[in-house]
Amino acid sequence: MTSKEEEKSWKEISIAAVCWKPSTDFLTGDWKTFKPVRDLGKCIRCLLCVMFCPDGAIHWIAEKGDIEFDYNYCKGCGICANECPTKAIEMKIE
Amino acid sequence: MKSVVEQKFLALNGDEAVAYAVKQCDVDVVAAYPITPQTIIVERFSEYVANGEVETAFICTESEHSALTACLAASLTGARAFTASASAGLALMHEMLFVASGCRAPVVMAIANRALSAPLNIHGDQSDTMAQRDSGWIQIYAENAQEVYDSVIQAFRIAEHPEVLLPTMVCLEGFQLSHSLENVNVLPDDVVKRFVGVRKFPKVLTHEGKFAPLRLDPDNPMTLGPAAFPNYYFEFKRQQEEAMNKALEVIRQVHDEYAEISGRRYGNGLLDPYYLDDAEIATVCLGSTAGTVKTVVDELRAEGVKAGLLRIRTFRPFPVEGIRKALENVKAVAVMDKSMSFGGHGGAVFHEVRHALYDSEKRPFVVDYIYGLGGRDINPMQIRAIYRDLQEVLQKGRVETPIRYVGLRE
Repeated sequence: MTSKEEEKSWKEISIAAVCWKPSTDFLTGDWKTFKPVRDLGKCIRCLLCVMFCPDGAIHWIAEKGDIEFDYNYCKGCGICANECPTKAIEMKIE
Repeated sequence: MKSVVEQKFLALNGDEAVAYAVKQCDVDVVAAYPITPQTIIVERFSEYVANGEVETAFICTESEHSALTACLAASLTGARAFTASASAGLALMHEMLFVASGCRAPVVMAIANRALSAPLNIHGDQSDTMAQRDSGWIQIYAENAQEVYDSVIQAFRIAEHPEVLLPTMVCLEGFQLSHSLENVNVLPDDVVKRFVGVRKFPKVLTHEGKFAPLRLDPDNPMTLGPAAFPNYYFEFKRQQEEAMNKALEVIRQVHDEYAEISGRRYGNGLLDPYYLDDAEIATVCLGSTAGTVKTVVDELRAEGVKAGLLRIRTFRPFPVEGIRKALENVKAVAVMDKSMSFGGHGGAVFHEVRHALYDSEKRPFVVDYIYGLGGRDINPMQIRAIYRDLQEVLQKGRVETPIRYVGLRE
């Protein structure tokens, strides 16, 4: 949880640990050791990586006709690299 | 001022008294896994379900961990949920007890107190619930089957109070209460239904930036029980402590309100004193032992001995102020523990009572008596001996042996 947020007291927060912010307000990308890097020549835009990413950190950008990694949420698990049929994704140490 | 409602007598054991009360409380979900001496509770209740006497979803789970998890999940959707357990079953729930209190799920659970292995023992002592005293649950200890019935009904009101919202357990000693038949006065169904009422939900701020009732609802999505790291976990725990503090007053209020319709009271709902006003020597205990102690106090009073008893009905939240006040003028106190705290200085009740008295101006002598483990009997002669010990302490002016064992072969 990297986002530097205001620090509320116990009297100000919702009970039962109810989230008062959407989970997307918390950046989880700094957990990763390896990050996926794509070889644009090998990538066939099959979008399997988009489907398989457990964190929803790979997006299809319609205007660009291409995908984009969102490193703010990528935890570096390597599932995308593993599933890529053309071996276009390499996990590189950060 | 409401008047006392006409009631009927039923012959019920403690477990049946629980099942009967739950039947009347309009419970939506009951999930349980059988374990002695709790079994009769869910057996009876499953009969009510099978006979169509209640509209409760009955879930047979594969373990106590799952039973409490099912109740907790149901409770978070807004349902009224109940389960029962004992001993190893309660120990298996340990993890989920904290989740339920942390999620502020007002589940009610009856515990037929039983010893823990090893060696294997199915009989009654309070080792199981004492081991869960820091799990964030309210703990009420009943003295007899009548109080068991009354406490279960009160428990739903206490647990679901918007200022409290804490899971609550009603504890009845295995066999002494769970399996002993007694005359139990029961209220009419509609009176109980009205008393317990419909569950209310406080509003909380959700991730959508709006206030919504605290329950899982597709129209007002919210996340319950997420990760809270060092930056927030502490604040949530402090909230639970506050809920416990508020529960002290709520337990008293609910108890008073119930007393008005039932005609039955147990002290102030937190503490139940017996001949304590002018007592010089007194015992402190929980649960069914109080009945035997009262007999002895009666005898001693007839002999001119200023003996008294303080029964702690609510062990969590622990009524510190009340205990200090109740024992203010007593000179020597015997605390009775039906469980051990291995390697600690005496049992759990002793720890708390003596700790509460530390800040008293007139600090009485306090002696711990560990008794009844694994269902061992305690009789009036042994309790008399405890009061004799206290007289001796007063004569000598000091406590020579602070921790003693009653009924143990030396």
